[in-house]
Amino acid sequence: MKNYDLVIIGGGPAGLAAAVKAYDLGMQNILLAERDDCLGGILNQCIHNGFGLHHFKTELTGPEYAGRYIEMLEERHIDYMLKTMVMDLAPDKTLTLMNSEYGLFSLKPKAVILAMGCRERPRGALNMPGDRPSGIFTAGTAQRLLNIDGFMPGREVVILGSGDIGLIMARRMTLEGAKVKLVAEINSFSAGLKRNIVQCLDDFNIPLYFNTTISRVVGKDRVEGVYLSKADEYFRVIPDTEVFVSCDTVLLSVGLIPENELSRKAHVKMAHQTRGPIVDNTYMTGVPGIFACGNVLHVHDLVDNVSEEAEEAAKNAVAFIEKGAWKAVLKIRQEADCKVQEGAGVSYTLPQVLNFEALEDLTRINFRVKKLYEGASIKVHFDDQEISSRKMRVMAPGAMQAVYLKKEDLDEHRPQTITVSIEEGEED
Amino acid sequence: MAEQRKLTCISCPIGCQLTVDLDDDGNILNIEGNSCPRGPIYAKNEVTNPKRVVTSTVRVNNSLVHPVVSVRTVDAVPKDKIYEVMDLIRQLHVDLPVKIGDVLIANIADTGTDLIATRSYE
Ligand SMILES: Cc1cc2nc3c(=O)[nH]c(=O)nc-3n(C[C@H](O)[C@H](O)[C@H](O)COP(=O)(O)OP(=O)(O)OC[C@H]3O[C@@H](n4cnc5c(N)ncnc54)[C@H](O)[C@@H]3O)c2cc1C
Ligand code: SF4
Repeated sequence: MKNYDLVIIGGGPAGLAAAVKAYDLGMQNILLAERDDCLGGILNQCIHNGFGLHHFKTELTGPEYAGRYIEMLEERHIDYMLKTMVMDLAPDKTLTLMNSEYGLFSLKPKAVILAMGCRERPRGALNMPGDRPSGIFTAGTAQRLLNIDGFMPGREVVILGSGDIGLIMARRMTLEGAKVKLVAEINSFSAGLKRNIVQCLDDFNIPLYFNTTISRVVGKDRVEGVYLSKADEYFRVIPDTEVFVSCDTVLLSVGLIPENELSRKAHVKMAHQTRGPIVDNTYMTGVPGIFACGNVLHVHDLVDNVSEEAEEAAKNAVAFIEKGAWKAVLKIRQEADCKVQEGAGVSYTLPQVLNFEALEDLTRINFRVKKLYEGASIKVHFDDQEISSRKMRVMAPGAMQAVYLKKEDLDEHRPQTITVSIEEGEED
Repeated sequence: MAEQRKLTCISCPIGCQLTVDLDDDGNILNIEGNSCPRGPIYAKNEVTNPKRVVTSTVRVNNSLVHPVVSVRTVDAVPKDKIYEVMDLIRQLHVDLPVKIGDVLIANIADTGTDLIATRSYE
């Protein structure tokens, strides 16, 4: 087996963009490993439009967006292996892979990019009481069944959770002739993008009930209906609020979890806020030479951001391989130059630490807000000093936000802590 | 002023909240809240002739591996034509190979736009 300088795990948009970028920066000895039988990752089942407006300046569907990158990969003759599962990753970057051609084999590249994406929170994690009939799917499973396997999951549908996949599936199944009765959301806000509520629910008069959850599922072999109940702010069911709704299908759209079994095996330190690796501004994790990007790092709502992040990770992985850059800062996780942290109203920031030796002119700090804010301001503090304040018309938890820090400001202040917080605005 | 309508621009994921002022005859007097020029275009369409891109899948005749292939309309079609477009999509069966961008139904349902494949299968 040829040895590779750079191995990328996962052939979704993150892995594809990373491979193309690394190649274009002169790295030719790259392997992209994908466990599925085709490249493209989750995009293959996202047949709706809304991808690539930023990156390609035109609105594409998921498969078309993936198709453009697959074409770029093929043009460059970058090595990739399909139906190849990465089974193990050691802290010294030794990978154990398996496929039908080579069986179990190992590689020891100079750098690894984690691009394994995320998976859906399963029903088990939800603890939904009641019978266990068939007809309960995660929204993503239903999406795959319908869009790839051509199989209609059901006719009368109740959707639990207002995540984007659930919203997209509400429209999709309605157009295919199903009756989507309602979407129940336990929170008082939607985790999905506003545009998806408009074009997937409002367009079809599908009601969305907040502070509502499924308290029981009824049915012997197949789902026959669900009981909906109101829930309080601690997500506890409020007694005596139960109403019955008949349906043959329940879709769960209750969130995504970064897929980090391999990262844990490699002793990559994780952030509880994102459930992905802690990274610095080079997208390097706590393990030297292991980088991460895309949904494995934090759940993205926009594929354009995934591609951009992957290109950054690839650029830095190449620098790491060629120059052995930033060896000095491998202590970062314990005693980082600078920690980036979430303040009031912010659920996470990414990167979580900064490496001052590797600053670009602008450092992008991604973050998400905890609830819907209107007319609030994004504040950035270097230690105790306010550095910037920007008023925003609307910020929703469903849409990732970003602030950009200037190199000269960071060099001048050399803060130990950077805090991003939200301050609610005055009524005007 | 006769009417004020609040809309969410769906032209990109930012989802700006637009406010549209209309006079008694439904003419647009003012549009606010957009962050880019696509907002007013969306708002104008939305109050006069709302349109959506339709995406779906069509059946494949000659493959067991790929029972369906994904499709979309190139441009948005009037909302009241969506179900007509969907009926045509449901009736359509195609043979592989299919390539991204292949026109499967030209001028679908007289909307002036084509239905194309969004995935390539050998
Ligand atoms: C339903 C849905 C709707 C969306 N809608 C939009 C939208 O309208 N517009 C938009 O811009 N964005 C949208 N997004 C977001 C965007 O598509 C995702 O954020 C993006 O696809 C994530 O890319 P990724 O490469 O990180 O992960 P993925 O696409 O999940 O790719 C990860 C790949 O890694 C592989 N893999 C995992 N583990 C291993 C292993 N051990 N060995 C080998 N391979 C492995 C997987 O098989 C997979 O192919 C949507 C996402 C979802 C889920
Ligand atoms: S107005 Fe422009 S920026 Fe705002 S949602 Fe529409 S397209 Fe996006």
